[in-house]
Amino acid sequence: MITETKNTLPKEICDFIDVCLTREHPESYLIAVLHKLQQQFGYLTREHMDEVAQRLHVPASFVSGVATFYHFFRLQPRGKFSISVCLGTACFVKGADKILDAFRAELGVDLAETTKDGLFSLDCTRCLGVCGLAPVVTINDKVYSQVTPQQVPDLINRAKADLETTETKV
Amino acid sequence: MKTIHLTIDDMQVSVPEGTTLMQAAETIGVHIPRLCYLPNLSLEGACRICIVEVAGARTYQASCATKVAEGMIVKTNSPEIRQARRDLVELILDNHPMECQTCDRDGQCELQTLAYSMGVRERLFEGKRKRYEVEDSSFSVIRNSEKCILCRRCVRVCSEVQGVHNLSQLYRGFNTLVAPAHVSPMLESVCINCGQCINVCPTAAFLEKDSTDDVWAALSDPNKHVVVHIAPSIRAAIGEGFGLPAGTPETNRTVTALRRLGFDVVFDTNFGADLTIMEEAHELATRLKSGENLPLITSCSPGWIKFLEHFYPEFIPNTSTCKSPMTMLSVLLKTYYAEKHKLDPKNIYVVSVMPCTAKKFESRRPEHFAPAGYPYTDAVLTTRELVWMIKAYGIDFKHLTPGAFDNPLGFSSGAADIFGTTGGVMEAALRTAAEALTGKPLTELNFTEVRATTGLKEASIKIGDATINVAVANGLNNAKTILEKVKRGEKQFHLIEIMACPGGCIGGGGQPYPSEGRYVLDEEILKLRAGALYNIDEAKNVRKSHENPFVQDLYREYFQHPGSEKAHKLLHTHYTPRSPRGIK
Repeated sequence: MITETKNTLPKEICDFIDVCLTREHPESYLIAVLHKLQQQFGYLTREHMDEVAQRLHVPASFVSGVATFYHFFRLQPRGKFSISVCLGTACFVKGADKILDAFRAELGVDLAETTKDGLFSLDCTRCLGVCGLAPVVTINDKVYSQVTPQQVPDLINRAKADLETTETKV
Repeated sequence: MKTIHLTIDDMQVSVPEGTTLMQAAETIGVHIPRLCYLPNLSLEGACRICIVEVAGARTYQASCATKVAEGMIVKTNSPEIRQARRDLVELILDNHPMECQTCDRDGQCELQTLAYSMGVRERLFEGKRKRYEVEDSSFSVIRNSEKCILCRRCVRVCSEVQGVHNLSQLYRGFNTLVAPAHVSPMLESVCINCGQCINVCPTAAFLEKDSTDDVWAALSDPNKHVVVHIAPSIRAAIGEGFGLPAGTPETNRTVTALRRLGFDVVFDTNFGADLTIMEEAHELATRLKSGENLPLITSCSPGWIKFLEHFYPEFIPNTSTCKSPMTMLSVLLKTYYAEKHKLDPKNIYVVSVMPCTAKKFESRRPEHFAPAGYPYTDAVLTTRELVWMIKAYGIDFKHLTPGAFDNPLGFSSGAADIFGTTGGVMEAALRTAAEALTGKPLTELNFTEVRATTGLKEASIKIGDATINVAVANGLNNAKTILEKVKRGEKQFHLIEIMACPGGCIGGGGQPYPSEGRYVLDEEILKLRAGALYNIDEAKNVRKSHENPFVQDLYREYFQHPGSEKAHKLLHTHYTPRSPRGIK
């Protein structure tokens, strides 16, 4: 059995935790530490969270509780394609929830999850400010307007095709 | 302290400042219904069942969390409050499996009792149900989150009493889930298997891993010689499972019940306890002489041992290498006893009845398997499981005639009986160690200074010309306190007894659920159970482990002397640091 937590945290995060430990209520910096981790890696790994728990002297179950409570924290890496469905008022009224359901069904993942092949991650967003184009979906930098649930498979296939072209070019 | 005067249900009440409305109501015989509240744990205020009407307040107040104030006018009962409480219970039930008849807690479920007393007779809301698989990786504690009502009692006991912090609330809203970090299986978590989460759970979200099927099967197998032995604390608590008052000693009727169930031989784990003392007192004397690895820390409590391996591996050299009384006796059964009766150990089926869920894990440690590959203890039943088996078999416990253990492994000194309560192992060890160290018989056998009524007790004991410093801790948060003190070098201790559960084994995670009007962790119950054990001890002629004639025979015939090579091979063990590392 492994007896020690692996040291995988970058030095600057370890240093930050050390600074927190000199302050009052070091445990209150947990969210700040997790933010820094997510900024750097895009998501929180189990190993990282366990090491944060050890260094900050916060029980691992508590770290896990905080990381799963806030929607902002991701527990899986983002896919090559980050799909984001706008759930702002205008988009929602125009059926964004049905589009989201179509993505869920087509990809087999829920919000904030990534497909097993690592290609797609599914997210939602609040108003993007282009309500005239509602309902709106963004896939990486591309914006798709007036999307219908029927178009969802096509959007996914197009993204896959894009990937193939880029890979052939390389 | 300032006295506060208020009116509850038109009655005048005077209570000290800081009292809660719930406590104040209790002083005038008003029991406000409740669910998440448990004395000895922090306030949660999660279930809202205990709401009352406070004149002038905009909304109903949770009486567990509202403090009394001068001139307050409180109503605990009105058609509106009763309706509101009932709605709350119905909303909890809405997201709860409707399977009371097939549930392990049927008849002993706080939610069921509450729903009944609230007058819930039909299901009005039928909403979305949360769905989870039963998590049964652990040898001791299984988690069934579909039955969880998010009262957080388990989370609180796991951190506030045990300092383990294995359980926490994960995710949010409808998806909120009580689980270890990363929703790890219990077997791969820092869970120490103490079972306190089972004790405090109002429903069946936590249960012990059931062993009764295995035991029934062994009992009906004609090729198996089925031997049972029962832990010291069983006799002090089992009666409660049959509606007898707490603290009723039930050694002899338990023996009869076990024979009726069909066990071939009924022995007493107490014999293992006497043997433990022989080995541990020898270990203490050796360490006192050499001055090495002091303080010596006891090793009987499997919850503490797993805690040691996860949280305090630095104290492994200090911890006694003695196997627990349960495992010592089981080892004897498949070696000494088998040889004596010319039985093939493979055909001996050893069942131990323990107050403890962690013993189930202990019995599955690879260290406690014979070299030929079979476990020394085949099955561990909790007190609750045995109570159920006796009832299921149709045995009228209260009307049984008293029986006696078989010999030689059923005879024990009074020192062994008190193993079941906090401070007992310490006292038993002192009785033997003192006579060994001074060479003189003790004049006073009762070491009352180590009989802990609190979670932590320190004492200095004079033995001959020497003084030894001892500490007794029960509940692992108290163990933490004492171990940190040792680490800081504040005081030189020689012997420390640690029991994982509050009150020691009598408060174990496998003991009967409290009867109506009683609480888990209720100090009154623990005192009564401990009292039963002290009385049994007082009434015995032999009260020192080394004076147990069968233990003396055993050393003459088999082990030669405590700490001998053979004793080391069979009666001692080792510990390994475990992952994940616990956070102190």
